[in-house]
Amino acid sequence: MLNRTAENVARATPEPLARKVRGISDKGLAWLFISPTILLLLAINIFPLFWAIYLSFTNFRANRPNEVVKNLGLANYQRILGDQDIWIAMQTTAHFVFWTILLQTLIGFTLAWLIDRKFRGHAFWTTIILVPMMLSPAVVGNFWRFLYEPQIGLFSYAVSFVTRIPPTDIQMLSNVSLAPWSIIIVDTWMWTPYVMLICLAGLRSIPEYIYEAAEVDRASNWRQFWSITLPMALPFIMLAVLFRGIENFKMFDMVTLLTGGGPGSTTEVASITLKRQAFESWRTGYSSAFAIILFVAVFGLANIYVKALNKVKQR
Amino acid sequence: MSLTTAHSVVAPSGTAKGIAGTIIVAYALISIVPLLWIFATSFKTPPDSIAYPPKIVFQPSIEGYCNLFTTRTRQTPEYINSLGPATGFCDETVRKRNMVIAGPSNFLPRFVNSLIIAFGSTFCAVFLGTLSAYGFSRFKVPLADDLLFFILSTRFMPPIAVAIPIYLMYRELGLSDTALGMILLYTAVNVSLAVWLLKGFIDEIPREYEEAAMIDGYTRLQAFWRTVLPQATTGIAATAIFCLIFAWNEYAFAALLTSGTAQTAPPFIPTIIGEGGQDWPAVAAGTTIFLVPILVFTILLRKQLLRGITFGAVRK
Repeated sequence: MLNRTAENVARATPEPLARKVRGISDKGLAWLFISPTILLLLAINIFPLFWAIYLSFTNFRANRPNEVVKNLGLANYQRILGDQDIWIAMQTTAHFVFWTILLQTLIGFTLAWLIDRKFRGHAFWTTIILVPMMLSPAVVGNFWRFLYEPQIGLFSYAVSFVTRIPPTDIQMLSNVSLAPWSIIIVDTWMWTPYVMLICLAGLRSIPEYIYEAAEVDRASNWRQFWSITLPMALPFIMLAVLFRGIENFKMFDMVTLLTGGGPGSTTEVASITLKRQAFESWRTGYSSAFAIILFVAVFGLANIYVKALNKVKQR
Repeated sequence: MSLTTAHSVVAPSGTAKGIAGTIIVAYALISIVPLLWIFATSFKTPPDSIAYPPKIVFQPSIEGYCNLFTTRTRQTPEYINSLGPATGFCDETVRKRNMVIAGPSNFLPRFVNSLIIAFGSTFCAVFLGTLSAYGFSRFKVPLADDLLFFILSTRFMPPIAVAIPIYLMYRELGLSDTALGMILLYTAVNVSLAVWLLKGFIDEIPREYEEAAMIDGYTRLQAFWRTVLPQATTGIAATAIFCLIFAWNEYAFAALLTSGTAQTAPPFIPTIIGEGGQDWPAVAAGTTIFLVPILVFTILLRKQLLRGITFGAVRK
């Protein structure tokens, strides 16, 4: 069928154009194929980025477009670095990123290791486990709010059933010390399968003969795990940590719908602060500066991490 | 298969398999409970959905779905009695709660927006991505590695950071709250994934096929069309599904850049409010309808999943 379509296209093409297309060099074709993508990214990603850099040096406010825009130089950046709220948001983000990655790596690797025992039906159960990570984080955040409802929520009920704490006391979303954990639990529920899947690929990449050799040398199971399994799966684990780290540093949707940054600002991660500054306080220049700082931070950390990852891979 | 299969020294023992299997099945069942609960809640009546203790056994009802697709107004019993007989189940249920159906809700249009924007942006991203991936895979492009890294790096930006200038730009261009604006934006976000994934898939197709075709008199373009594209169908399909899922699930841009006519389902679902707080069965019904396509896609994709989520870095 494809052949016929191609022939029809070829026949329908006017002769001069056809000659032009046919005569096109490989180099020309390469640019013809690649440039639309580059142009789109320049228009939708890079141009706005430069605009944001420009705005970050001004006092522009998007809700007052007609006001005279003043150039502030580096004042926005200085204010951000001295802003208590920004530092608190960064700490909240760090807490969230640290605990989610730790829990997801531990649970994810354990699950992958267990699945690699290849029990009967492991493929089916793996697919079931993978479902949460495919869902919309916003919709997930929204329906976990229902599960977290004190008393009527399934989560609160299950916890009170096990711990015998009265279900009205389990205020996951409105208790200042529990709220940061409520977002960590949901993120771990959702993204542990992601880490698991990458770890599983790592475990499966270890050739069987290495274990056989270790067995001949009478290495204990414990020893095999620490000197074969873990080091050989490490690049994969690090890759998973890299992807999760970047994604959770940017976290916005799930937390917005689960807690909205509250109670107070206990779960206000960096992206939520940014959104409040940019689209609620309308401090466009100031928030642009914060956005640039965040971008540079993610980009820098990712670069350092990729270098470390390559070193591990080369070993 | 190695020779040791029959009495492998490294194969896990039966007990080990049993324990591993039990733990995995337990984890899978517990992790799926929230989804089953949402599914069950969508078939509860509003009082059942907020009962304590939570009701596991209940009389199923489609009231949640009725409420999802309609808007209702409260009326006096006298007025409701003065109306003619109820037309259909939804009408009857609503009247029992002293309300009448006022009209259709915004759910259906929002759902259609999601479909248009997700499919539109996926088509564009896969089209552009296939061309670029072929270009990077087969030709010597100057600075290829830098360009590929540039394409990927656009993914490192926090969506809110991108949204600030995009918001201003769209306001100037009149693209705010339009499907076209959202399609362009999602295309730009997805094209990086599409290029990276498809480059991996096209790299795996031997160049000899095209070279043979070109010796037979095909031009480069014809060879691309007739030999490479048919071979890359699986890869293109998998990439398309990943792009679809992203566009379908996306919230941050949608919430900031659309408000009315072009709003998609993710920012709409949390706004479903009933009398006296959130109408959880209606929210659950909306969530269920929204999630079903994703479940289907996950099952279709399970073999390519690993590739997709790592930008093609891990191929198994």
